[in-house]
Amino acid sequence: MKQFAELCEALDSTTSTGERLSLLTAYFREASPVDARCALALFSGWRPPRLLKSTELRALAAELSGIPLWLVEESYHFVGDLGETLALLMADEATPSPSSGAPEDSLHGLLLHMNSLRQASHEEIRSFVLRQWKSLDTTGRLIFNKLIAGSFRLGVASRLAITAFAQAFGLSEETVAHRVAGDWNPLADDPFSAGESEPDLALKPFPFCLAYSVENTLASLGTPSDFLLEYKWDGIRCQIVRREGRMALWSRGGESLDKAFPELVQAASFLPSDTILDGEILLVRQGRVMPFTELQKRIGRKDPSPTLLKKYPVMFLAFDLLMHKGEDIRSQPLRHRRALLENLIVPDGDLLRLNEGFNVRSWEEAAQLRQAAPDRGAEGIMIKHLDSPYVSGRKRHIWWKWKVDPYTVDAVLLYAQAGHGRRAGLYTDFTFALWHEGRLVPFAKAYSGLTDEEMAEVNRFIRHNTLEKFGPVRSVKPQLVFELAFESLQRSNRHKSGVAVRFPRILRWRRDKQPHEADSLQTLLNLLAKVHPE
Amino acid sequence: MDDLVQVTDRGLFVPAANVYIDPWQPVERAVITHAHSDHARAGHRLYLAHPVTGALLQTRLGSSISLQTLPYGKKLRLGSVQVSFHPAGHVPGSAQVRLEFRGRVCVVSGDYKRHSDGLSAPFEPVRCHMFLTESTFGLPVFRWEPAETLGQRLCLWVTEQLAQGRHVCLTGYSLGKAQRLIRILNEAWIVPFVHPAIEIINQTLKRCGIRPGNYSALSEYKKSLGPAVILLPPAAVDRLPAGISGPFVRAACSGWMAVRGMKRRQNLDKGFALSDHADWPGLLKTMEESEAERVWVTHGFAEPLARYMQERGRQAEALRTAWTETPEEAA
Repeated sequence: MKQFAELCEALDSTTSTGERLSLLTAYFREASPVDARCALALFSGWRPPRLLKSTELRALAAELSGIPLWLVEESYHFVGDLGETLALLMADEATPSPSSGAPEDSLHGLLLHMNSLRQASHEEIRSFVLRQWKSLDTTGRLIFNKLIAGSFRLGVASRLAITAFAQAFGLSEETVAHRVAGDWNPLADDPFSAGESEPDLALKPFPFCLAYSVENTLASLGTPSDFLLEYKWDGIRCQIVRREGRMALWSRGGESLDKAFPELVQAASFLPSDTILDGEILLVRQGRVMPFTELQKRIGRKDPSPTLLKKYPVMFLAFDLLMHKGEDIRSQPLRHRRALLENLIVPDGDLLRLNEGFNVRSWEEAAQLRQAAPDRGAEGIMIKHLDSPYVSGRKRHIWWKWKVDPYTVDAVLLYAQAGHGRRAGLYTDFTFALWHEGRLVPFAKAYSGLTDEEMAEVNRFIRHNTLEKFGPVRSVKPQLVFELAFESLQRSNRHKSGVAVRFPRILRWRRDKQPHEADSLQTLLNLLAKVHPE
Repeated sequence: MDDLVQVTDRGLFVPAANVYIDPWQPVERAVITHAHSDHARAGHRLYLAHPVTGALLQTRLGSSISLQTLPYGKKLRLGSVQVSFHPAGHVPGSAQVRLEFRGRVCVVSGDYKRHSDGLSAPFEPVRCHMFLTESTFGLPVFRWEPAETLGQRLCLWVTEQLAQGRHVCLTGYSLGKAQRLIRILNEAWIVPFVHPAIEIINQTLKRCGIRPGNYSALSEYKKSLGPAVILLPPAAVDRLPAGISGPFVRAACSGWMAVRGMKRRQNLDKGFALSDHADWPGLLKTMEESEAERVWVTHGFAEPLARYMQERGRQAEALRTAWTETPEEAA
């Protein structure tokens, strides 16, 4: 554990990617194999089971530090990270006893111990946490707290950890990326001991291929006829893996989607064995693709009832084939993969359907296709080079995405809340409002889009123009106007405004506008009537 | 709030003495606790300050300001109020202002810290009926590491960076923090190069008999000297000063660095929580030692600290002033 804490401290003390890489590589080489595996899992998104709820942890910290709970909360709102807050509040208890040689002194041992406490009583968990707090030094305590509070993030991209791991053990990055993909538990599985034929390994997804946004002119991309165009959908990106008698559905984040979409698992059983598809899960009613917010009602619902399946019908739109008859065909050109895919998936299937592809002769045609996207329920188009392989992650000149221009409105800043992580102590989470019958009605939250200088200036404004405080939230004098952009909108009963917007963000600060010049809710409702006629 | 001191839109006003303390708008007569810019603003007709603060004010605001100085512990009668300065330990020349009026005593703390920095006159607790305290770091997450171990850690890190051929840029306020850093570095036989803004302060302090330690001016840097330690004010840390090139690392030295998010936001390599303010235990101890019946808490975490004191049975109240040190400004 000390070794891992020191690694985290060292990673935190440099902003150089090269140095972080060599720190990670050195750690993976020196740590015991099980520790190295656990560290790799942590850096690529795996989390140990949560033993205590955030509220329970805060209460425990309050009790132990003798600081009232409200003040623990106040501190947390400022620090922006619960694990760190607890480590700071407990700083006085810092009398680490020398290493006892207990199994939980190693990272693997500690995680194993945490795992064994999943069913334990509150009392047992409490005494475990206390014991750790007493025996760890400040850095160790910070890492431990982050692990138990479920906030372990140290700004190390999983890609970097994978590269380091590959270097440390002389493996290819591809192999490591594939083996740690999906849902795995470093306490139970060792993805590096077994051969390729190991069934669990075979059910894993491949690392997803991602697209860059079109920023320059289309002409700079090359000749239009070298590309395949598709609609870009706002659904859940998913790989369907069919190996021997088993099926698995994976999200881009490596979560298993099997339980949430049983009808797709069933449909996948009709695929030939040893096939991996890439595509998008969409909610479709009467041939119309519904907004993402409708699809959201299916996410997180494990084992949905037949009623729910009927009410929220989904389909999988396949756009790529990565494994064919047991052969990994990712390095073959897209035109070839696409031809095989078209032989496998029909364009009018009910549950598994081929995503339509377009060939254009000119970039004007591409622009027309993009313009038509909103009418089809798509958010833009994809432009994929026909000779491109299926790569891991993002590479230039392979896949491009070209979204339709967002909708925009001018709105007034109404509430502000302090951010977390690197935005700790800074008001970065804003709520914006539009006019409705002489009052300002909140309609969207936005977090990004300002430069550091603008952010500092808005923060000064907030500090000096606070009207009321509600916990971490401040209401401010309605004075600043911002242009907000968003991708789509739909009716919502959960929002005061009656409208929900997707991906709202700040486009620019309208210093030239007075609050009364901001848009009204009616503007939004008119837009809604146009996009989704009732 | 009280007949002795009042918050007005120009600043903290003492009617019976007809003076303002650290006013934020131009006034006739200003009492200045210390020479940091949010407390010592330009445009007042007459300034009253400790002699060291007075010299710094002349450096910063111009020698033409009308200035009267008052050493620590000496009493001056203003109107019907006895005014005196007492060491606040924040930076050289920093003072708490003690006001005595009709047998009642009010102390305005200004900014202060409780541990000695070897430069500033150490903080002296002053008993009073009413105490107005700062609360820049008024949350229990702020507990400073002992200055010695922090200094050792800092020097160790700096030495490692130099050994790897990197320049080291350290940022901290020109007044107070910069001189502390020079002395800390000198302990490890490191002589830093300082930004002109720091050099000006150093010259003024030397004239007042305060020795800032061994340092060189940035203009004296030559490439043949190899990797350098460079002290800079909080602004301008994005690149190396003109005339210096090569790989470099950046670290900020400020109490805010106790929180990792603050460091990450500025994309710094390292942060050292070296502060010239009182930490949470320091604030509590000071309020205790003042024996004040009433406490006013201002700039910083005024509301939570006041509420905490209230819950412990003290008469405490948060007070809104325009003195601010936000994480962004302090870096």
